[in-house]
Amino acid sequence: MPAVLSGARRLGLPLSVGLMAALPAVALAADDKVKIDSGDTAWMIVATSFVLLMSIPGLALFYAGMVRKKNVLATTAQTLATVALVTVLWIVVGYSLVFTPGNSIIGDLSRFLMAGLKMDSVHEAAKTVPENVFMMFQLTFAAITPAIVVGAAADRIKFSAMLWFMALWLLAVYCPVAHWVWGGGFLQKAGVLDFAGGIVVHINAGVAGLVLALMLGPRRGYPTDNMAPHNLVLTVMGVSLLWVGWFGFNAGSAVAADARAGMAMTVTHVSAATAALAWMFAEWATMGKPSVLGIASGAVAGLGTITPASGYVDIGAALIIGFVAGLACFYASTAFKRRMGYDDSLDVFGVHGVGGLIGTVMVGVFATSAIAGPDVKGLVDGNGQQVLTQLYGIVCAVLLSAVGTAVILKVIDVTIGLRVTPEQEIEGLDINLHGESVH
Amino acid sequence: MKMLIAIIKPFKLEEVREALTGLGVQGLTVTEVKGYGRQKGQTEIYRGAEYAVNFLPKVKIEMVLDDALVDRTIEAVQKAAATGKIGDGKIFITDISHAVRIRTGETGTDAL
Repeated sequence: MPAVLSGARRLGLPLSVGLMAALPAVALAADDKVKIDSGDTAWMIVATSFVLLMSIPGLALFYAGMVRKKNVLATTAQTLATVALVTVLWIVVGYSLVFTPGNSIIGDLSRFLMAGLKMDSVHEAAKTVPENVFMMFQLTFAAITPAIVVGAAADRIKFSAMLWFMALWLLAVYCPVAHWVWGGGFLQKAGVLDFAGGIVVHINAGVAGLVLALMLGPRRGYPTDNMAPHNLVLTVMGVSLLWVGWFGFNAGSAVAADARAGMAMTVTHVSAATAALAWMFAEWATMGKPSVLGIASGAVAGLGTITPASGYVDIGAALIIGFVAGLACFYASTAFKRRMGYDDSLDVFGVHGVGGLIGTVMVGVFATSAIAGPDVKGLVDGNGQQVLTQLYGIVCAVLLSAVGTAVILKVIDVTIGLRVTPEQEIEGLDINLHGESVH
Repeated sequence: MKMLIAIIKPFKLEEVREALTGLGVQGLTVTEVKGYGRQKGQTEIYRGAEYAVNFLPKVKIEMVLDDALVDRTIEAVQKAAATGKIGDGKIFITDISHAVRIRTGETGTDAL
């Protein structure tokens, strides 16, 4: 209720007096106030649900199928616990740190514990949707990002260390980067374009995952012991949920039920399919057989790569982006990883990191006013500067992600220790960390 | 009494079972096992990581027989389970000193 009206009622004056005093104010407000759109709101509620499904059980299943049976419950516990933990931290302080004005580096605490969030509040970035819906939508992004990171630590991280890492990383790395790119921070002001999280989610998680893999060290017996995935059916189920859920991730980032969202959904799907084929054919040609893990991984690579570009590019660009994503991520997750020698158990860097990097640069190439309106121009529109702007954004995010992750992990390692004991690792995390097993 | 243990290729189980029924063998126990002999395993590849899988899936059949049936049973199992390729499996015979039918308490060959 407009302040004038509630003020009048508190003074005991009849509503009619208050209304008359309020009329000019209300009239002005009605002119410049954007109204809540039920179509946009309905879509955003659905999109939020889709993105949450991407975490639980999408990512959980994706990872679960790829680990050894003795660690499958621990892997799913990590994703579940991360969603729960991030939820609480987000509503307490995370959302405020990202989406309040603050300064160029970080938001302020004006939305601490959702202070001031009313039923009619809206956020600048999503004026036709209630702020609580926008906040929830962003929550699901904040939840899936650290959950992606922990894939690099599969089979060997302590559950307590993982919980601490999730909490600290969310607040010290995710929130700043998200504020820089989406919350009015310096990258957004510089014109860096990231429609749905190429930088904020994929590069961020990918780089952090690489640092985590390097600092944890490889799994015992890597790379000679048999560490084959124990059930790729789970992985395919997970990828399917990720694929469809990604429509919420990318099309939802349009924060509107309109053609922009529709196009984002389309290019997302095209990129996923193209990348899946590219990876499949590349694997077929180089290793002799097209694996289902390859087709699934290719799809995820395509999805991650198109993410920053999904609201800015057309379908033709999506074909190219998907094709490049499939090939590049295939190379990064196989030959490159083997040559470098690090044990990124679930290819967090190879798929999300490399995908996010390529996609974010591709935005600079393929972003076009034809899709995104007059304020957006990429190389195809003659604006090569956008590519440089994207690179600037990438460098800043990579720096914070790498350094921030390294510092957090070091602190955790010297206090409670990151890694399980060799005996626990050999016997398995399920029974040792959680007292459970899959029979 | 003798126990006949046969390790065979899984897809041969039905054929072996039919051959045994024809002989009058009353019951058997079947277990899914893994093993290798001279047959080499397959190679699995996951995102470029190659794993040699040394153990192959096999089926183990166990049955306890009257001494008189043993030779004919060995012949029947061997004929039914053979493909002529490496990995067909093996048959072992051990002695059984005692047998009891739980329902009736019959012992010895009456229990078979």
